Amino acid sequence: MSDTSPQPKGPIGRFLAAPPDSVGKTIFIAVTLCLVASMIVSATSVALRPLQEQNKLKDKQANVLQVAGLYEDGMDVLEGFSVFEPRVVELETGTFTDQFDAATFDDRAAASDPELSVALANDPAGIGRKTKFATVYLLRNEDGSLDKVILPIHGYGLWSTLYGFIALEENGNDIFGLQFYAHGETPGLGAEVDNPRWKSLWSGKKLADDAGDLQITVAKTAPPAGADFHVDALAGATLTSVGVDNLVRFWMGEAGFAPFLENLKSGDI
Amino acid sequence: MAQTKRDLLVDPLVDNNPITLQVLGICSALAVTSSLQVAFVMALAVTAVTGFSSMFISVLRNQIPGSIRIIVQMVIIASLVIIVDQVLKAYAYEISKTLSVFVGLIITNCIVMGRAEAFAMKNPPIDSFIDGVGNGLGYGALLLVVGFIRELFGAGSLFGITILPTVNNGGWYVPNGMLLLPPSAFFIIGLLIWAVRAWKPEQVENREYKIQVVEDH
Repeated sequence: MSDTSPQPKGPIGRFLAAPPDSVGKTIFIAVTLCLVASMIVSATSVALRPLQEQNKLKDKQANVLQVAGLYEDGMDVLEGFSVFEPRVVELETGTFTDQFDAATFDDRAAASDPELSVALANDPAGIGRKTKFATVYLLRNEDGSLDKVILPIHGYGLWSTLYGFIALEENGNDIFGLQFYAHGETPGLGAEVDNPRWKSLWSGKKLADDAGDLQITVAKTAPPAGADFHVDALAGATLTSVGVDNLVRFWMGEAGFAPFLENLKSGDI
Repeated sequence: MAQTKRDLLVDPLVDNNPITLQVLGICSALAVTSSLQVAFVMALAVTAVTGFSSMFISVLRNQIPGSIRIIVQMVIIASLVIIVDQVLKAYAYEISKTLSVFVGLIITNCIVMGRAEAFAMKNPPIDSFIDGVGNGLGYGALLLVVGFIRELFGAGSLFGITILPTVNNGGWYVPNGMLLLPPSAFFIIGLLIWAVRAWKPEQVENREYKIQVVEDH
C-alpha cells in the first residue's frame, strides 16, 4: 500500500519522499496543481468553443425558423435559415443601418456595450440597458415583397430574462407568432411559455388598434380594446405572464420597435 | 482491503446510498429531478465527477499537504466540473441550457467532497475510482426514482414522451403542479428514506436522546 520507496534516488525521488507538510512542498504542490488545472480547463474551453458557438447560433436560427412557422423536425437549420434576410435596425430612427454586418452583429453583446446601448430610466421590461441597434430578420415572398418580419425581444419574467422573437405580418401590426429561446422560468408553470398551445394563442392577434395605440395585453381577462388584443395569461404563472406582457409592450412601444414598424407601415422599407 | 471492488461499487446503491443513508446531496436532488432527462444527465455528470476526482485525489494522496488538502481537493473537483459543463455545452446543448447552473453546483455537492475526504485520501486510485462511480450511481439511482415520480405525475410524461395526456394538451390527466416544484422532492425523498429504512432496519440511526422516565411524586 505504501508508495514511498525505502531509498529515494535523485532530486525528484527525494522531493517525493519529503514530508508533504513542509512549507516548500506545500507551496510547490499548490502552485503546480493550480497551473496544471488551469491549463487543462483552458485547453478544454478553447477546444470546445467553436462547437459551443455553433450550437448557440443554430439554436437561435432554429428559433427564428420556428417563430416564422418554417421549422420542421430534422431539417437543415443552416440551409433553412438562408431564406431570411438579416438586417440591423437603429431603434431610435427605425431605419436599417449598414454600420454593422447583420450576419455577425450580436444584440446581446451590444446591450452591455456602453457605446451601443443606453441605460433605461423607464424600464418596465427589467432589462437595465437597451441596445441602440437590433438584428431583425425579413422574410420575403417570391416576388420580393415583404412577407413577415421577425423581431428580437427580451425582458425579465419571474426568475430570469426571457429572450425570444416575435414574428409580425408584413403590415407590422398582425402577430404571426411569439417564441422564447432562452429563459429560466419555473418548469411546468412559467416555463409553459414554451407550450405550443399557449404560443399558438399569439397567432392572429394585433399589436395596435385603428387609432395606432398599442393594445396588446397578456392578462386573465380580455382588455377593453377587445379579444383581438388579448392573449390569455398562463395559469399559475402570474409573474411570468406580467413579465411577458411588459416586455412585449416595451419592445413594440416607442422605446422599442415602434419607429421601425411605423416605417414598415408607411412603406418606407 | 476489507471491501472487495464489487462491494465498493454496489454498496452505495442501496445499503450505503449517499442520499438515503448519508443524507448528502439533497440540495441538487431537489433541483434537477423535475424531469427524467435532466436527472439522467445530472446523474451521469456527478458519476463522472466523483469517479475521476476520487481517482486523481487518490493518485496525489501521499503528496497532498494536510494543511491545504481541502483546497487541493476543491481545485481538482472544480476543474473536472468545468470540463463536464463545457462538454455538455458542446455536445448536449439543449440539456445544458436547463442544467448548466446545477452542473456548476456539483462543486459544492457534498457527495463528491465526502468521497474525496473519506475514501480517496486513504485508498489506492482504482478502488477510489470505483468507490466514486458507485456513489455517483447511488445518487443517480435516487435521482431517477424521484424524477420518475415527479415527471410522470407532475407533467404526465417520461423522458419527455407523453404517458398521461394532460388536460392542457386536450387529454384527461390533471397534472399535480406541486410535483414540479422543488419542495415535492423533499416529500418524495423523505418517503423514500422511510421506505428504505423500513426495508433495511439496520440503516435507522440511533436516537440522539433518550426519553427519561420521570417518577411521580
